[in-house]
Amino acid sequence: MNALRSVFLRREAGIAVMIVLFVIAVGIAKPQFLTANEFRIILLLIPLILIGAMGEMLVLVARHVDLSIGSSQALAAIITGMMFKFMPGVPWPVGFVVAIGIGAAIGFANGALITLFRLPAIIVTLGTLNLYRGLTFIVSNAKQIDRQYIPSDLKAMSTGPVPWIIVIALGVALLTYWFANHTRVGRQVFALGSNPVAAPLRGIRVNAVTLMVFSISGALAGLTGILYASRWGFVNPSNTGSGFEFQVIAAVVIGGVSINGGVGSVLGVVLGVLLLGCVSAALPLLGIPGTAQSAIYGAVIIIALLIDRSVRQRGIAALAASRARA
Amino acid sequence: MTMTDQTSTPAATAFDAAAPRPRWQVILIRPETMTLLLLILAFVVSSLISPYFLDINYILSSFTIYAEFSIVALVMTMIIIAGEIDLSPAANMALSACLFAWTFQATGAMPLAIVVGIAAGLAMGAFNAVLVIRLQLPSIIVTIGTLTLYRGIAQIIAGDQSIRLPEYFIGINNVLVAGIPVPVIIFAVVAIGLAFILGGTIWGRQIYQIGTSEVAAQHAGIRAKRIKFMLFLAMGFTSSIAGLITASRLGSVRYDLGIGGELQMVLMAMLGGTYIFGGRGSILGTFLAAWLLSVISTGMLTAQWLPATQLCVLGGLLIVSIIATNFIYSRTQR
Repeated sequence: MNALRSVFLRREAGIAVMIVLFVIAVGIAKPQFLTANEFRIILLLIPLILIGAMGEMLVLVARHVDLSIGSSQALAAIITGMMFKFMPGVPWPVGFVVAIGIGAAIGFANGALITLFRLPAIIVTLGTLNLYRGLTFIVSNAKQIDRQYIPSDLKAMSTGPVPWIIVIALGVALLTYWFANHTRVGRQVFALGSNPVAAPLRGIRVNAVTLMVFSISGALAGLTGILYASRWGFVNPSNTGSGFEFQVIAAVVIGGVSINGGVGSVLGVVLGVLLLGCVSAALPLLGIPGTAQSAIYGAVIIIALLIDRSVRQRGIAALAASRARA
Repeated sequence: MTMTDQTSTPAATAFDAAAPRPRWQVILIRPETMTLLLLILAFVVSSLISPYFLDINYILSSFTIYAEFSIVALVMTMIIIAGEIDLSPAANMALSACLFAWTFQATGAMPLAIVVGIAAGLAMGAFNAVLVIRLQLPSIIVTIGTLTLYRGIAQIIAGDQSIRLPEYFIGINNVLVAGIPVPVIIFAVVAIGLAFILGGTIWGRQIYQIGTSEVAAQHAGIRAKRIKFMLFLAMGFTSSIAGLITASRLGSVRYDLGIGGELQMVLMAMLGGTYIFGGRGSILGTFLAAWLLSVISTGMLTAQWLPATQLCVLGGLLIVSIIATNFIYSRTQR
């Protein structure tokens, strides 16, 4: 157990060191990167990815994957936006209930398909990724929800000295930490992911846990939907949430969540999101065109997979060594 | 082709429980039969919507749009049978086509450009193979990563512009040989070749064995890693060829060439009855499914459905087809 714990510690420390080195390196090349204004830009870049990453982390820990979160974000955002547009009388906080509710329903549908028919999550969510995106177009009639329809109180959540969306994102991270580490169900998610065969033998209701994990992931994707409307002030059926799943998966695997299930920590994912935010913010300063973003996300996913592999092998070696000593 | 016969027969004799099913039943409950019936149904419905569907030339020319993905889907079938998956081929098509067009723009030498495009495809296939087979990373996540990476590099190379191609290279889909468009001929030839390899050679049988149980296959002396490595290389090669065909059909290359194609490729394999967990499936199934998808998509176009509705139909179809295939296999496996 000591050996394992030290591996985790090393992993998160490693990401923190990478962030510091990266910030120093960019700061030397472009001193304006170290200003408070730039810090603010980074902080405003990450809330959506952070919230999405919390859900995706739980899904990956349970040894599944959810590719549909980008489309879930779009569908929740567009329906909420249409509510603002066509039912102006409804108080704007209701939008949160609607967005999160739609997201949770979508996630539940994913989970139901996966558990009911014992299908691989990757194929199901590849299907629903397209299905939900198509629904987004149909529901909205392929029309954007423009700025004037988004309530100004909602847009104000992304401005001010301490924008609310950052507070919400940190709150979600804290809640996820509490859920994952200090509740029975949260620990069951980890148990299920580390050994899906043993989990039911220890009395874990595998289907219920899987359904719950996908519902949470969907609900959080729904939350990012309304926050998207707050942050950017519009909802577009084709742009909103497009490629979001790749950013989130990149952040989560950088954060040390193992794709083989059972391993992951909220702190690691928060650091992973922060590193991704720093990289995204540094690109325009360094004169790297925005078109390079996608390639960098891809490269980052693969590098993180390679690091994950070497850490796992070191962990196995350390475990074997400690067993040999005992 | 005779996969279920071979796997179910030993199981039946081992328990000596039930008499073997009559041959007509075995054929009837194969997933390929389902695909064929759906294909006939789709034909009937489409020709009710539009009389064009009774014209073989219309069907052939509308298939050219889907031929590129269909060719890749044939190799995808073999990879899924071997128990892996590759979600990067559509991005591979885009990057090889971009490198091809970029080389041509820079040098003006068409043969060189084609060689560069195909070499790039092979290199991308090899990169996937090294990550999945040498470094033993799970293919689903690796190819999600390389999907983003390859398309991202294509975006860096091509930017937001489209690269024009010379007149003589454009329009492979309009070149007819014996009345059949060239991409359709390529698709048919590749299908026959791969069906022979998969169904009629030891190498093909070994792919099924790897997908059924890789550990058992290795103990039986099958070089599972080498075969899977070759499959990923073949995937890279085929994707680059498909990318070149697409470039010729479109007349210009952009980074978003073939975007979202991975859905259609996986969908064709699934509709054709390939088992998502490996070990079962056939080229014939994917061949039929490619035509099925072409007829459905063209039918939706003719009926003037919104592209978004088509996206919904394809996504939903993917889920329904795996449920159906799994159901059929769970019935025949007893």
